[in-house]
Amino acid sequence: MTLSVRDLSFSYGDRKILHGISFEAATGEVLGIAGPNGCGKTTLIKCIDRIFEPQGEVEFAGKYLEDMTTTEVAQLIAYVPQALTMGMAMSVFETILLGRRPYIRWSVSDTDIERVSMIIDDLGIQHLAFRSMTQISGGERQKVMIARAMVQDPSLLLLDEPTSALDLRHQLEVMELVQRVSREKQVSVLMAVHDLNLASRFCDRLMVMKEGRVVALGKPSELLNETLIRDVYGVEAMITRQSGFLQVIPVCPVRGILA
Amino acid sequence: MDQRPGSGQLRHLRDEYHRFTVRRYLFLIGCCILLLALIGIATTLGSADLTVGEVYTAILAHFFPSLAETTPLASTIVWEYRLHRILFAIAAGFGLGIAGAMMQGVLRNPLASPFTLGISAAASFGASLVIVFGIGGLSNDIAIIVAAFLFTLLATFGIYTLSKLRGISPESMILAGIILMYLFSAMTSFLQYIGTTSQLQEVVFWTFGSLQRTTWGKLALVTVVIGACLPYIMLRSWDLNAMGQGDQVAKSMGVDVNQTRTRLMLISSLITAIIICFTGVIGFIGLVAPHITRLAIGGDNRFLLPASGLVGGALLLTADSLARTVLAPAIIPVGIMTSFIGIPFFLYLFLRKREGYW
Repeated sequence: MTLSVRDLSFSYGDRKILHGISFEAATGEVLGIAGPNGCGKTTLIKCIDRIFEPQGEVEFAGKYLEDMTTTEVAQLIAYVPQALTMGMAMSVFETILLGRRPYIRWSVSDTDIERVSMIIDDLGIQHLAFRSMTQISGGERQKVMIARAMVQDPSLLLLDEPTSALDLRHQLEVMELVQRVSREKQVSVLMAVHDLNLASRFCDRLMVMKEGRVVALGKPSELLNETLIRDVYGVEAMITRQSGFLQVIPVCPVRGILA
Repeated sequence: MDQRPGSGQLRHLRDEYHRFTVRRYLFLIGCCILLLALIGIATTLGSADLTVGEVYTAILAHFFPSLAETTPLASTIVWEYRLHRILFAIAAGFGLGIAGAMMQGVLRNPLASPFTLGISAAASFGASLVIVFGIGGLSNDIAIIVAAFLFTLLATFGIYTLSKLRGISPESMILAGIILMYLFSAMTSFLQYIGTTSQLQEVVFWTFGSLQRTTWGKLALVTVVIGACLPYIMLRSWDLNAMGQGDQVAKSMGVDVNQTRTRLMLISSLITAIIICFTGVIGFIGLVAPHITRLAIGGDNRFLLPASGLVGGALLLTADSLARTVLAPAIIPVGIMTSFIGIPFFLYLFLRKREGYW
């Protein structure tokens, strides 16, 4: 199921955030969105999930999202925000179960419980299942949020900087989880990323944004170079390859350029 | 993520969740049994000298006149004075508890309650207005009830309109509520200042809250309103759970966040209004009952909402029974008593280092 975004624009009041964004993402593809703070990554993700109402077209699996009900959208697309809101005293199990909201009217079916149990088992977080969300670490919480999104049975997973607050190990674990989900379940993933090194390792393609526009789109290894990083981020960088991985080493901000 | 053979962990997780669910149902049943027991005890308490036997005979005789014989005095005391007051305490406590739980959920704030949001301050102002200025033609009692009810709804409308100006969100609703609380409190103080001594006394007494003036009719009205709202509340409890994860996540799960928030706020205000217009201000139930319940059975609103109601009912009935007996024959206004029993509870919750509770 392909995602096609055509000429998507969005404004907060008078301030235009997104200027005619167009791109496509294939089934099972991990598409990263990179770019400086404020370039519109998060806004783009929220527009695609219809949390905001944008102008332009978002077509997924042959249907226009604006013609669908919120529940229909929720059965296709799941979203994990950057910042986690800490609500009530909910356990890990209950939090993941919330992802079944698009399929549940009131009572929880055996299937719902089965799905939640399976993903907890799969992620190896059985020991946390009945702990409160406030008692687990940030990395564990991020996994729980992705698990919640996964039991929503989405065909498209939207992630907003899923690794930005995590330690090295959790960064890798979360990224591997995302990659595995997209491969095994043929889920398309659209993910805002700050860390270009992680992005180049785990994203099939990378979309680079600046000031609400797409400035580059392609394979990370072909896309990332010193000129692009200087233009987009206003940073002098060195790009090296070590043990098969692309490495972006930021050196210094470029004087006179405002990113 | 296929099911792997022989995964005992899976079964373990499922069983654990089932046990958790059973525990929550048991809590609900336990609350109901506790309420029945409290009713049984409360009917025997009072300034009139009736024995336990006389009280139950009077109750039994009402339903099965052929089986039991009672005296007119016992029958009058039990049926005209005690029972509707006891049941009203349960209905009012139930309503205040569930309204508080809804507000805390909708606003994602542990301190939200009809009282921190200016709703009871508005009711007090409405009542004071009638007490100080009077309304020609109507009897004062009814005018006070109507004014308190209307001002409560006015405050709700005010919260809604003000927060809409900023965009409806938990923060904007809480701020609007606080603004209105101070406004209505100041206006009530002003009325108290210009009123006569006897008017001042009446205003102050109204704000204490009391179940003195309950009747079977008022009980029926409160029960009908709560009963009519309950199915909708329960239907939306899953959406309320989703909103606990933040508005945008809830939206991404298909919840119409603004509609749910607005409607549940209106319903909890309506329930509060129909109760406190008869009783005056009864604090702490709406705040404490959901907290106690959350400690016991967690935050799933499908269980939390009804259980908060039952706990609220038990709390208010206990408070009122104490209020009727500790200084007997004098009766302390129940609003004072709920604060007295509410504060130790709150202190306990506050001091108890339990992470993950909020």
